Amino acid sequence: MSHDDDPPIAVQDLHVGYRRGRGAHAPVVHGVSFEVQRGATLALVGQSGSGKSTIAHAIAGLLPDNGRVLAGEARLHGQDVTQYRRRRWRTLHGSTIGFVPQDPLSSLDPLQRVGRQIAQSLLVHDVVPRREVEGEVLALLHRVGIADAEHRSRAYPHELSGGQLQRVLIAIALAARPTILVADEPTSALDVTVQKRILDLLGELGQELGLATLLITHDLALAHERSDRIIVLNEGVVRDDGSPHDILERPTDAYTVRLLSDAPVHSLDKYADRAEPEEAVVVAARSVTKVFGTGPSAVTALDDVDLTVRQGSIHALVGESGSGKTTLARIVAGLTSFTGEVSVLGQGLPQEPGSVNRRARDLQLVYQNPLASVDPRYAVRRIIEEPLVLAGVGDRAVRRARVAEILDQVALPSTVLGRRARELSGGQRQRVVVARALILAPKVLVLDEPTSALDVTVQAQIIDLLIDLQREQDLAYLFISHDLSLVRQISDRISVLEHGRLVEHGETRAVFDAPQHAYTERLLDAVPGIERASADRAA
Amino acid sequence: MSVGVLQPPVVAGRLSGLHRLRALGVLDWFAFAVVAFLLVAVVAPGLLASSDPLAPDSHLILAKPSWSHPLGTDYLGRDEFSRVVHGTVRTLVGSAIAVIIGLGVGTLLGLVAAYFTGFVDTVISRVVDVLLSIPGLLLAMVIVLALGFGAFTAATAVGIASIAVFTRLMRSEVLTVKGLPFVEASHHLGGSTWYVLRKHVFPNSYGAVLSLTALQFGLAILWVSALSFLGYGAPPPKPEWGLLISEGRDYMVSSPWLVFGPGIFITVSVLAFSRIGHFVRETMS
Repeated sequence: MSHDDDPPIAVQDLHVGYRRGRGAHAPVVHGVSFEVQRGATLALVGQSGSGKSTIAHAIAGLLPDNGRVLAGEARLHGQDVTQYRRRRWRTLHGSTIGFVPQDPLSSLDPLQRVGRQIAQSLLVHDVVPRREVEGEVLALLHRVGIADAEHRSRAYPHELSGGQLQRVLIAIALAARPTILVADEPTSALDVTVQKRILDLLGELGQELGLATLLITHDLALAHERSDRIIVLNEGVVRDDGSPHDILERPTDAYTVRLLSDAPVHSLDKYADRAEPEEAVVVAARSVTKVFGTGPSAVTALDDVDLTVRQGSIHALVGESGSGKTTLARIVAGLTSFTGEVSVLGQGLPQEPGSVNRRARDLQLVYQNPLASVDPRYAVRRIIEEPLVLAGVGDRAVRRARVAEILDQVALPSTVLGRRARELSGGQRQRVVVARALILAPKVLVLDEPTSALDVTVQAQIIDLLIDLQREQDLAYLFISHDLSLVRQISDRISVLEHGRLVEHGETRAVFDAPQHAYTERLLDAVPGIERASADRAA
Repeated sequence: MSVGVLQPPVVAGRLSGLHRLRALGVLDWFAFAVVAFLLVAVVAPGLLASSDPLAPDSHLILAKPSWSHPLGTDYLGRDEFSRVVHGTVRTLVGSAIAVIIGLGVGTLLGLVAAYFTGFVDTVISRVVDVLLSIPGLLLAMVIVLALGFGAFTAATAVGIASIAVFTRLMRSEVLTVKGLPFVEASHHLGGSTWYVLRKHVFPNSYGAVLSLTALQFGLAILWVSALSFLGYGAPPPKPEWGLLISEGRDYMVSSPWLVFGPGIFITVSVLAFSRIGHFVRETMS
């Protein structure tokens, strides 16, 4: 049925659409063509809504019920699969095409041991005789780099870390020995060092098994490191198509140029002309320790951490998940109890926070998820006005004027005032919570991953806004992020946390150029593209 | 990550509201029609039944249902349909009082228990457990015996008996909402406990309680009628649904319409209210 000379994936002028309600299918992918050969990796790069996942789902036969291939063809080993029904896909899934999903935890059955879930994939496709299944599961786990496979195969998904779960999913995808692997943002939920190891693994396996890999990602730098060819998509249209080197060094399309300039890793010195921070200390933390729980199950989230944030500076707090950076931010914001000393603008914080925050005018926290941090029943006007009402500022007219003013500062149109947060775009929501945090004119802003859910272009706009506001109002930011290139781009000083310990701190550029601690070095090495950038600067 | 997942498509609120109206089934429309009919019966019973519910007619004692007397007449020759329609106000107002008591006290207790936790929560929760362990109607009877007979005390008794259900639901809703980030955010912005409770926690948790209210209203109709059937409620000769059934019981064999007429009214009303409760829950979520 298949010929060896047919490429594993050949997509020709593919159009895909979704139907909403009873209308016709609205096209979201407009005529995309590409081929992937054995042992090669193609990266589909684009922001949300670019159609990259839709293409992957169409090729893998995973389109939802309201999605349909409208025109064109997608050939897997020479066979057009666009009109396949569910029954025919069943024979292809696993055996020809393996799929690695985005969110490892929600992609596994929480009530079944991971070994069993791998075994299912083997049994469904009769890969090995029944009595050899167990051995094969262990071999697969071993192959994807899970130490102590025998023990781990009996674990439930919640007992494994994100990286281990993603390895299990890769094992499931590869169990029935497919020739094609589709990886849909396989590392976006993982820490940067784990991301590196997973991508290394995918690359090795692809070479070894001669897989044709389709890698979906939003990260151009990552695609550059990990693929043989890159296709840049925007709104379902191919904007750029070529080798990774060409795309990054000689982009032909304006959209690609914009993506590159918006990604912090390609413009690390964009804000290098920021004013030097002043001497005055606005936040000082000394030997802050935080232990969650008591007795043998107690977890030390922060262990004797010091922190100094100066007026007019951007101080970054970095580390992997579980390093305690959010805990420290919450302590500084007066939301969590602690031991040690913390002072904001010279005044000490109580170790047990009261239920009313009396420091709202000094320091404000911007939450990670803007949608969750505003009342779903409130319209934007009420959301932004609330701090003023609480502080008893002025009458209605004064407050309205102040809201209009701050709206202007965060560059939001006044038409959003009557809408609720869920009716806004991600970037607009972030602007709303920044406006709410700034309306009382605090001196310090604690920003907890303020752009982690945003596309690079939107992120670049929000960062521009934050830098402008910081300049105008002489604010100090405590900026928490896992995105090291972003941290490098905007921050003056940096504190690196590992498992609740402060392992390194100093001037950002110095730390990036010559990290003193092995952990910092490991973090920096894992960031896609950052080596390239520093090499460029040296050249 | 594919951020599309985190950003649901922008949907205008009005559009989805229209959508919901279109999704209304035949049963929903029927339920709303029944409630509209009952409201008219409460406000202006004369519009629906022209004959005097208290005027006896010695020529028409225990007459069968006919065009002029759709539900027949009772043992004094009074028009049964007219008595049922005029009795609506007592039953429904009694049920409304009961629900208001249950909703008001229950919501407050639930809010307080969930928000302050600790000792306050323990005390309230244990009292609620005790109340829930006694069948509602039985509890209502005990209370009405303690307070004395009468339409108002019967309604109060039913209300007290339903406090526990509201408390339990409100408590669990508040427990969910108060852990959400926007509640903490409001505290962080300087909101006092009372302010946050009033402006954020309460409005975001009463949706489910509101839908329970409609369900509980149906139940209250049943209980209020049951109490007056047993003679604990409104005294004769003023009509009331439960009382009408009680009066008709003596003539059940010869004139079953005296039981079936008000009985059907009670059944249809309770079903209509529970249907609306279902609708409210769908709309709120």
